Amino acid sequence: MPMNAARGSLLGIEHLEAAEILKILKFARRMNPDRPRPLLKGKRVLLLFYEASTRTRSSFEIAAKTLGAHTVLIQAAGSSIEKGESLLDTGYTVRAVGADVIVIRHPNAGAPQVMAQHIDVPVINAGDGLHEHPSQALLDAYTILRNKKSFKGLQVAIVGDIFHSRVARSACHLLSKFGVKMILCGPQELVPEVAATLAPGIRVTRHIEDALRGTDVVMLLRVQKERLSGLKIDLPEYIARYQMTPARLKMAKKDAIVMHPGPIIRGLELTSDIADGAQSRILEEVRNGVPTRMAILARAMGRMR
Amino acid sequence: MAHGKTKSASSLLIKGGHLIDPAARVDALMDVLLKDGRVAEVAAPNKIRGAADEKFDARGLIVAPGFIDLHVHLREPGQGHKETIATGTAAAAAGGFTSVCTMPNTAPVVDSAEWVEWLRQPERGAVVNVFPIAAATRSSKGATLTDFRSLQRAGAIAVTDDGKPILEDAIMREGLVLGGELNFPVVQHAEDTRMTEDCSMHAGARSFRLGLRGMTAAAEASVVERDVQLAIQIPNARLHVAHLSTADALKGVRRGKRAKARVTCEVTPHHFTLTDEDMRDYDSNYKMNPPLRSASDLEAILAALADGTVDAIATDHAPHALHEKQMEFERAAFGITGLETALALAITKLHREKRIPLARVVELFTAGPARCFDLRGRGSLARGSVADVTIFDPKKKWTFEAAKSLSKSRNTPFDGWQLQGRVVATIVSGTIVYQ
Repeated sequence: MPMNAARGSLLGIEHLEAAEILKILKFARRMNPDRPRPLLKGKRVLLLFYEASTRTRSSFEIAAKTLGAHTVLIQAAGSSIEKGESLLDTGYTVRAVGADVIVIRHPNAGAPQVMAQHIDVPVINAGDGLHEHPSQALLDAYTILRNKKSFKGLQVAIVGDIFHSRVARSACHLLSKFGVKMILCGPQELVPEVAATLAPGIRVTRHIEDALRGTDVVMLLRVQKERLSGLKIDLPEYIARYQMTPARLKMAKKDAIVMHPGPIIRGLELTSDIADGAQSRILEEVRNGVPTRMAILARAMGRMR
Repeated sequence: MAHGKTKSASSLLIKGGHLIDPAARVDALMDVLLKDGRVAEVAAPNKIRGAADEKFDARGLIVAPGFIDLHVHLREPGQGHKETIATGTAAAAAGGFTSVCTMPNTAPVVDSAEWVEWLRQPERGAVVNVFPIAAATRSSKGATLTDFRSLQRAGAIAVTDDGKPILEDAIMREGLVLGGELNFPVVQHAEDTRMTEDCSMHAGARSFRLGLRGMTAAAEASVVERDVQLAIQIPNARLHVAHLSTADALKGVRRGKRAKARVTCEVTPHHFTLTDEDMRDYDSNYKMNPPLRSASDLEAILAALADGTVDAIATDHAPHALHEKQMEFERAAFGITGLETALALAITKLHREKRIPLARVVELFTAGPARCFDLRGRGSLARGSVADVTIFDPKKKWTFEAAKSLSKSRNTPFDGWQLQGRVVATIVSGTIVYQ
């Protein structure tokens, strides 16, 4: 974490200790989105979204409100960001307005770190470029633990566009801290060999059968067309080799669960029978986002006790 | 510490110093007499007779030919908020540089004789020699060559599109052919920009971890490879590879030199000091182009500095205002300042740590760069040379404080670094401009 980040900031999973992760997950289990808990009564949570979001934004907002906080949403379009205001000037401005916590999503890796270096309130990273998406990794861990009881001995396959995925990076850091075996699967352009250096316990494969054999959790990722930067991906070829279908899912363990951070593209990385199938936990992940983010916000304000 | 034109004398005797003049193969205690802007005499201690207007006590110090920096961005015309020729040359003097070669990627681009002349006018307030490098193509757009002949006549010493590469094979060939006819070096910023779209650092484990798109070594090496091939084929062509940063690009340069082609290259202090692993907290003071490379690239560069493959150390001094750097890493401007830390980094890293002889380090700042661009009468203190002298203390330990820099900008990763080796005096044409 940057030297100057305020206590309670959540900038990434990489530098978070396993014990702290377990504390957040444990606290999240005590949070119930249907029962208001005024831990953040009167606090102001600024949601600074430089990039599109459905799940993350709405669940942070609901989490904050369930905790009794006021929320203000600032989006790039329709704000001074559009007029050319710099990241830090926007940060100083929302701080001056009275923000107690800043939740930021940004298309550039490290933007929350830069913000946290200069602003004296906790900064929560809601996804920064290709870098990290810590709240997603925490809600995914929460979801895995609700379905698998423990991380011990688990094998997780992550299939798809790892290179452009902040979700994958955060998930790898988190699962690695608990000794989970991870297999990253996809074509060279999307899953470079270097991905295996991210954390201990990671292996890269090009073969879907190899990734699925003996796997407990199958995490699927979207091909992020908006981030390809000129890279050309042969989609029919991708579908032929990596699309999750009922036939392929049979190669995984019988009780394997299917996860996806969304948005899903039916007919591309997965078929509808997978998305809507009995093994899918895709909507459960979305639901789990609220208690997890309640815990993250409570932690930011020093109320995670 | 004072700077600017502090002392002026028609004759100056530098006494008791240890002269290192690699071009003249001198590495011994010697006195040097400067007279009327030239080196009048070099002799063993106390052998110079006759009175000098002034004496400089150089006991315990190294006396060297004035340092030459082949690669600086002084930002004028048009970007005076980052640096001016006055502030940039003051920083150069503080760093021991008596000559700097300015890059043409200004606003407007220096692509005409008029702008080359403008850079050299006394009104610019330069305290060291300014040798303009002009644009190789009009507006550095890479499409049409500039008028090399008139640029050279106006005082340009080389051409480049620095900041951008000359990518088109036909244009590069045409430039090297014309440059060969005129004995005019073409300086290449070797980067295949088709491979580096949206990239902000070196491609490797670190860039993957940070979620930053990386520039591959191949994007540099492939351009060097092509250029060297052209330089081998074209009679008299002169190719200079700017800020070389990868082991693979060194292979191309070595191939060119073995084939006796006129290929030279420079390396920056940051590329022989830092790697891609050194950046923390998305600090854009570690963002430059070419980017900080891998540890194995750094090792290859150190070996090439020692074995003579590298011709010169050049700073790529690239000042930027705080608001252009303090932002999202991917959006921040490329470049760091470097004039005031170059010598100390070279002594600390190359000499003290890597045991490269001090004479070789001095060569990389003097005779080496002078040869790259044919700076006649410079890079040596042989009798009759221009009286540009750098005097430094190779043992002096000090802490670099960016806040005290004479540059207008503060974008350096070396703020607070403890270094060894400090400039004591910088003399341009016999006049002390920094002490």
